[in-house]
Amino acid sequence: MSTEQDPQPQPSSCEGGCDVSRRVFLGAAVATVAGALTGCDHISEAEFLQRNFRELSKQEVKDVIARLEQEYKEKFGRDVYVGNEPPIPGVIFAYALDLSRCVGCRRCVYACVKENNQSRDPQIQWIRVLQMDKEEGVNLEHDTAYYDPPEVPAEGHFYMPTACQQCKKPPCVKVCPVGATWREKDGIVVVDYNWCIGCRYCMAACPYGARHFNWGEPHLPADELNPHTHYLGNRPRYKGVVEKCTFCIQRTRNGRYPACVEICPTGSRKFGNILDPTSEIRMVLEHKRVFKFKEDLDTQPNFFYFYGV
Amino acid sequence: MNILRTFGSFIADSGRLVLKGGRLYYAWVAFLLVLILLGAWAYTGQLHTGLIATHMRDQVSWGFYIGNFTFLVGIAAASIMLVIPAYVYDWEPIKEITILGEMLAISALVMCLGFVLVDIGRPDRFWHIMPFVGHLNWPSSLLAWDVLVLNSYLLLNAFVVTYLLYCAYTEKHYVKKLVLPLVLFSIPLAVSIHTVTAYLYNGLAARPFWNSAILAPKFLASAFCSGPAILLILLQILRKTTKLRIQDEAIFKVAELMAYTMGFNLFLTAAEAFKEFYSSTQHVVYMQYLYFGLKGHHTLVPFAWTSVACGLAAFILFLVPKTRRNWITLNIGCVLIYSSVYIEKGMGLIIPGFTPDTLGEIYVYRPSLTEVMVAGGIFAIGFLVFTILLKAAVPMMLGEFTITKGRNNTPTKSGAGTK
Repeated sequence: MSTEQDPQPQPSSCEGGCDVSRRVFLGAAVATVAGALTGCDHISEAEFLQRNFRELSKQEVKDVIARLEQEYKEKFGRDVYVGNEPPIPGVIFAYALDLSRCVGCRRCVYACVKENNQSRDPQIQWIRVLQMDKEEGVNLEHDTAYYDPPEVPAEGHFYMPTACQQCKKPPCVKVCPVGATWREKDGIVVVDYNWCIGCRYCMAACPYGARHFNWGEPHLPADELNPHTHYLGNRPRYKGVVEKCTFCIQRTRNGRYPACVEICPTGSRKFGNILDPTSEIRMVLEHKRVFKFKEDLDTQPNFFYFYGV
Repeated sequence: MNILRTFGSFIADSGRLVLKGGRLYYAWVAFLLVLILLGAWAYTGQLHTGLIATHMRDQVSWGFYIGNFTFLVGIAAASIMLVIPAYVYDWEPIKEITILGEMLAISALVMCLGFVLVDIGRPDRFWHIMPFVGHLNWPSSLLAWDVLVLNSYLLLNAFVVTYLLYCAYTEKHYVKKLVLPLVLFSIPLAVSIHTVTAYLYNGLAARPFWNSAILAPKFLASAFCSGPAILLILLQILRKTTKLRIQDEAIFKVAELMAYTMGFNLFLTAAEAFKEFYSSTQHVVYMQYLYFGLKGHHTLVPFAWTSVACGLAAFILFLVPKTRRNWITLNIGCVLIYSSVYIEKGMGLIIPGFTPDTLGEIYVYRPSLTEVMVAGGIFAIGFLVFTILLKAAVPMMLGEFTITKGRNNTPTKSGAGTK
């Protein structure tokens, strides 16, 4: 069970290429064995040897993205764009959710699934809407995510949608043993799905249940695929890796709202650049009664809850 | 070159010792191999379908595998329990059994690494976690620390055991100046593997059940009674089946130390329970789930109380000199301790940490058949490693089998082809 025998994928000091052919051979051999062992259909040598996204040169990123687009095309029979838009300078994204408006309809949950190419079977959802008792307030001992009344909002209840809180001090990033997850300059915590080893330490560390694991092979029907993707966001995932909300990085870095903000019928969801004094999010933070989820843990979320009315 | 050749014959002869045995030995090895095959078959299935073959889910994202891992780290750490008195106090009766402790540590570590390997979602990306080759997030991640200390401890023990046996094989006395510092170094390293593993859970503010300063001391206390519990039974078997002489005094001394550590472990459990139940904050729900059940879910309750009852009973058996010096009650005590700590440090630690989950949901986790079979296979690998080590080591330790002795005819220099 030793895949440790893989070659050092470092640029070699051996100029004559003597080592290269051997490395290529070894790489192919190990990739084949690894593929056979993990039961994946095939793991190409390039996929196997790919390094941590943050260590890749510009050219390597281009190559990786070209390879991924090719892989997705073969798998889904459709053209898929895998973007790599960097953070916009002077922008830190923040989110605010109006608990007094949310009716618990869960349209956001499904808009998110559709936008972000989550596995339909087994189902993965990044947003979890908690139904809470009005008498109890925000109390996790008196909540359920499995509510199904004929009509929402149900009498005596209010709703608290949760997702990744995009912490400034993310515990998940701290604990990852391989640096497969990190916080980008615009405040979005992302995962490199090609570097994650699936140890799930981040899931144990996250206080918000925001991280989700691909327990089985993710199934995404080709006609439901959203072909506009981002490397660090909604590109199709693999079995055995962790994923999470990225504030719709493929949209928001191109000046659009996250899908959940767009779909929300009650206008409960506010999103914007916290560094822009004229933004709606700044208006909310400065004029409304705001709280952070599990504030005592000092994870410092860039996700706020507020009471708008 | 000469050393290489001698070492070659040492390895070859060890192999020969391992391959030759009585019917009981072959039956035992065959039994282990069957378990390993079953485990491998189950694991292949898991690789194919993904970890969905287990009953772990997002709510309870670690389960049986990591529970066993945690327990076995304790077993590995416990070997120092025997090393400390032997070398620090130069207490002779116990000295000969320290090498057994070290071999137990090696086997336990093999199982630990096995359990980690089967738990990760992408074992093909195992190289990502290797220092220098991959990208080890050290010092930030406690899991990175764990990788380092566990592997260092494994290498250290493997080296010391090999070296001591090699010396016995070549009929030379080992160089004390080399062995003593290494053995002394293994003491803080053993403490560190268990401390780091405790910190792995301890450092997670998201899981109040683990986020308690008492966790690391409790890990050490429980390890120092469960590890020797296995060894005590083993020593009695070895005494009967081989010519290895182990004095009663050594066994009783270890048993006495176990009584104190078990007592301390129970005290720490009580201290934790007092804090949770008396202050009765929202954090009490996890311990409530473990000991009394929560919202109609009582899965862990019988196990939790079994663990407490076994621990208490064993503590009394080992504390009273009369029952400690009685072979029947001593062995019952060992089994009780083993059961108590296995529940407490395995499922009793992992599952309540995740139940209810961070959003208040209760997902009732029970290991799937796949998990049980894979775990069985890993335990069998560990036992096989230990059996093989013992099979080769005991005749060498006894001086029955060396480079010059123990064969029908005198050995050739190469050591190959003699039989």
